[in-house]
Amino acid sequence: MAKIVGGISVTHVPYIGRAIANNLQQDPYWKPFFDGFPPVHAWLDKVKPDVAVVVYNDHGLNFFLDKMPTFAIGAVEEYHNADEGWGIPTVAPFKGDLDLSWHLIDNLIEDGFDLVTCQEMLVDHAFTLPLELLWPKRNAGLRTVPICQNTVQFPLPTPKRCLAFGRAIGKAIESWDSDARVVVLGTGGLSHQLDGERAGFINKKFDLEFLDKLVSDPDWVTQYSIPDLVELTGTQGVELINWLTARGALGDTVKAIHTNYHIPISNTAAGLIAMETV
Amino acid sequence: MASKSKRVIPGTTIFDGDMARKGYALNKMCYSFNSEENRQAFLADREGYCARFGLNAEQTKAVLDLSVLAMLAAGGNAYFIAKLGGIYKLDMQDVGAQQTGMTKAEFQAKLVEAGKN
Repeated sequence: MAKIVGGISVTHVPYIGRAIANNLQQDPYWKPFFDGFPPVHAWLDKVKPDVAVVVYNDHGLNFFLDKMPTFAIGAVEEYHNADEGWGIPTVAPFKGDLDLSWHLIDNLIEDGFDLVTCQEMLVDHAFTLPLELLWPKRNAGLRTVPICQNTVQFPLPTPKRCLAFGRAIGKAIESWDSDARVVVLGTGGLSHQLDGERAGFINKKFDLEFLDKLVSDPDWVTQYSIPDLVELTGTQGVELINWLTARGALGDTVKAIHTNYHIPISNTAAGLIAMETV
Repeated sequence: MASKSKRVIPGTTIFDGDMARKGYALNKMCYSFNSEENRQAFLADREGYCARFGLNAEQTKAVLDLSVLAMLAAGGNAYFIAKLGGIYKLDMQDVGAQQTGMTKAEFQAKLVEAGKN
């Protein structure tokens, strides 16, 4: 059966794409962010995943408000990025894993998670940038499965639902008849708010507690409603539900490998955490 | 009528069903800006482009004024409005400064300050 080696969650600020394209990793502004990655690269070299399941949110590239799925999954040979309208460079496509996509679809729907299934799907920066950050030289063999959660139009899936969804994803991966090694990624957050008079809101205290609880007690997050999380982390900080879903897939106990936290990248408190399954 | 009273978070708009209904035309126009051809068409005739997508007077004025708060009030969603901002090469600190009435330098300083405590 497939093995989940661990999970990594990371911020997906669009301007990271420009920093990568312009080689600004050692620029004083970007250095505290990019310096978080080498220990995670070393861990990836050790655990050698074959497949990355990426839990992220689309920002109006693949999905518009005409059809807005709460949970969606890709089942495509190859995932393409495209023009998102704000001038960040488009990156090369990523390989899919149709067997795992369809295994997840079959098992998750059977388990009560009624996903929208996509045989055509564009992936935006929230999918591509974390992969670029984690495999800066590209891993040509790496296969991917995108799982998209709605963080655009409220109501969003509750933290409780996301954690249960993640646990179901973990169970489904572990029942996949394959010798693949799987890493589960969550992208977005941490606290930030782009819109309104409260733009620029950041909550370091909450983020640090969240990072701690994500490892030791992810159910802690389920005490909060989505509006609570908006109040505590900002209108876009709520993307941390992607981290929660990804964490759910890793099982009850995990070992933290590395954490980095830096304010600000663009308007965002930038976070990174790698956890190994035990 | 909404069945539940809404949570009020100062300075924050929850993009819920009411806003999604109100802002549909505006957001649909902004979604079209994923295409360079459409971005150029907008720049060539802003008012005409708004009319083509059926924006109402409030939405059209907000777009022509490039007022982010007015676009939000008219049902705009932050992720879609950002695509309009991209046409004008506005980054998120420009947009943040505009909404909070700060200079860009002041807004950036506020972000840096948030990391210190």
